[in-house]
Amino acid sequence: MARIAGVDLPKNKRGVIGLTYIFGIGRTRSIKILAEAGIDENKRVNDWDDDDIVSIRRIIGDVYKVEGALKSEIQLNIKRLMDIGCYRGLRHRKGLPLRGQRTQTNARTRKGRPKTVANKKKATK
Amino acid sequence: MARSLKKGPFIDPKLEKKVYTMNEGGQKRIIKTWARRSMISPDFVGHTFAVHNGNKFIPVFVSENMVGHKLGEFAATRTFRGHAGNRKDKRR
Repeated sequence: MARIAGVDLPKNKRGVIGLTYIFGIGRTRSIKILAEAGIDENKRVNDWDDDDIVSIRRIIGDVYKVEGALKSEIQLNIKRLMDIGCYRGLRHRKGLPLRGQRTQTNARTRKGRPKTVANKKKATK
Repeated sequence: MARSLKKGPFIDPKLEKKVYTMNEGGQKRIIKTWARRSMISPDFVGHTFAVHNGNKFIPVFVSENMVGHKLGEFAATRTFRGHAGNRKDKRR
């Protein structure tokens, strides 16, 4: 079992896909990492030997910010926006979309499940 | 879409000049400005700007974190007073 950056990688997947289970690594980075480590993309995670795992760990540790460190950086960036009181920060505080999307309808990703308002007037024709 | 790097940041020239003269003179005054589109350059740090929001001037004290944002981001142009029938919000 390969355990990298605190994440158990799926055993029977191809190496490129397996690495993407780490937060902060997608296909592009995955390909780059494997190329640098000199491991075939199609080699299954199961078939990696210890050397492979060590070199992958080293590359990820040296170059990329992943998992917890990355998540905390993102949170810090959001906190900065909220602290300086700029428009994006205000939108973060209110839980509304930041980039000028409409909010009369949709925007459910940011707003969460629809909250029904009692006696809300229907649009009259 | 983000602004082209080739052009560099847009800092309102008149505003920049005002800040320069103030920095040289070592004085601090509130600068009234309509240049919401102007980026905040590192020279602006520590000054207070009165940024127009279409109705009145909102005082914005520029801190180090704000560099690279636009002045307009700190002076909201819309007031949300709550939805109709939302009694809790009606107090204001």
